[in-house]
Amino acid sequence: MLLDLQGYESTILSGAWVTLQVALLSLFVAVVLGMLGALAKLSSITFLRWWATLYTTVIRGIPDLILMMLIFFGGQIFINEFNVTINDWLNEYFQGQDAAHEWVSYLPDYVDVSPFFAGVATIGFIFGAYMAETFRGAIIAVDKGQLEAARAYGMSSWMVFRRVMFPQMMRHALPGFGNNWLVLLKTTALVSIIGLEDMVKAAGDAGGSTQMPFTFYFVVALVFLVFTAISTSLLSHAEKKYAIVSR
Amino acid sequence: MNAIPTLEVKALHKKFGNNEVLKGIDLIANQGDVISILGSSGSGKSTFLRCINLLEMPNAGDVYVKGELIQMKPLKNGERIPANQKQVEAIRARLAMVFQGFNLWSHMTVLENIIEAPVHVLGMPKKQAIEAAHEYLNKVGLYDRREYYPGHLSGGQQQRAAIARALAVDPEVMLFDEPTSALDPELVGEVLTVMRNLAEEGRTMLVVTHEMAFARDVSNKVMFLHQGLVEEQGAPEQIFTQPKSERFKQFISSVY
Repeated sequence: MLLDLQGYESTILSGAWVTLQVALLSLFVAVVLGMLGALAKLSSITFLRWWATLYTTVIRGIPDLILMMLIFFGGQIFINEFNVTINDWLNEYFQGQDAAHEWVSYLPDYVDVSPFFAGVATIGFIFGAYMAETFRGAIIAVDKGQLEAARAYGMSSWMVFRRVMFPQMMRHALPGFGNNWLVLLKTTALVSIIGLEDMVKAAGDAGGSTQMPFTFYFVVALVFLVFTAISTSLLSHAEKKYAIVSR
Repeated sequence: MNAIPTLEVKALHKKFGNNEVLKGIDLIANQGDVISILGSSGSGKSTFLRCINLLEMPNAGDVYVKGELIQMKPLKNGERIPANQKQVEAIRARLAMVFQGFNLWSHMTVLENIIEAPVHVLGMPKKQAIEAAHEYLNKVGLYDRREYYPGHLSGGQQQRAAIARALAVDPEVMLFDEPTSALDPELVGEVLTVMRNLAEEGRTMLVVTHEMAFARDVSNKVMFLHQGLVEEQGAPEQIFTQPKSERFKQFISSVY
């Protein structure tokens, strides 16, 4: 039978769970970064606009695979170099104070960035840039009169955002948000190359040892399809909820 | 007669860049006053209204609501911002604005629009706010439409709903910014009727308008702005029959 998984069912299943965790946590990071990026881009402060534009331009201009490698390897090197520098600096300082001072590692000399953390950070960072553009468009699309009325009735800035801006921008943001989420979900397949035991890595390993790569990748494809189909249905519910009736 | 005025504005100035739109406007509104603010387009009348609830920040001048001064602090670039944002928010909730473009919150039903500020800004229990809302809905003749979204209502109905939203905060002063200017002519009457009823109830109202009949028949004071200054003001029976200023004479004859 085509879908006989030769006892690898639980490996694939736990891989699917890792994929889902990476995707949802990355989404959370992306939404937070996206909202901050959008607000920074629309801010009246030049400095914030400049950084946000740099962020979205650089991230959106580099392939996800390359960024993943840069952040995974580069991030590790950066953190370790940083820790070594700080340790050297502190030790030299204390040696100057007291010649009998012995060398101590104030920060760990070597940090191993876990593939899970690196994956979530990288995907969240990449998709934050896409979310920023989606949210920026959605914020601009909200009629200024709606916000003015909210302020005129005594709402604080936070309340204006919560009660009026957010529900109204969601209607404009949801189609783009949904698109970003589907692409993000599929991008998690890339974390297998940095060694994370996600569904794709599990399928590769199982396919290799059983000589049945097609079967395992086919199953992975089906699982992704189930995830995206569920997402699409949830998103269309959300779009209905936030749709604004008009004449 | 020396009660504190409900609203007092002293020497209000407003600039947009180098363009001085308001050059020192004074106004006193006592309890129950209905003041019509007239002027040709560009005279600064809407800006004046929007400076009172600080949707625009006046560059100079003071606004007192029931004797309470809205505290402002200057910035280096010559603009001013509220010294105390909480005070401004509290004062805005005591002034209610009715906009030219209605600006009902489009994601809420008429009823939800009306109870929004009472519940979320003033902290009124929801049940009590809904009961009060029903009363205001009856007053503006929209009780049957309370579950409709603004997008399903005509312009006149939306503006009446917006008036109910304003009444719901039981405001000290109601600010009307050209409330009938965006309406089809056949819908203007229903909104003016509601406003006339409010005036008769003794609501304190500031009305920026082009409706001469309303200014003449309903308001007890009329103020004519021209190029950022008060060109003429007084009781309607007096200034419409014996206008002193040439500008105002021209304005009346051009509008009639």
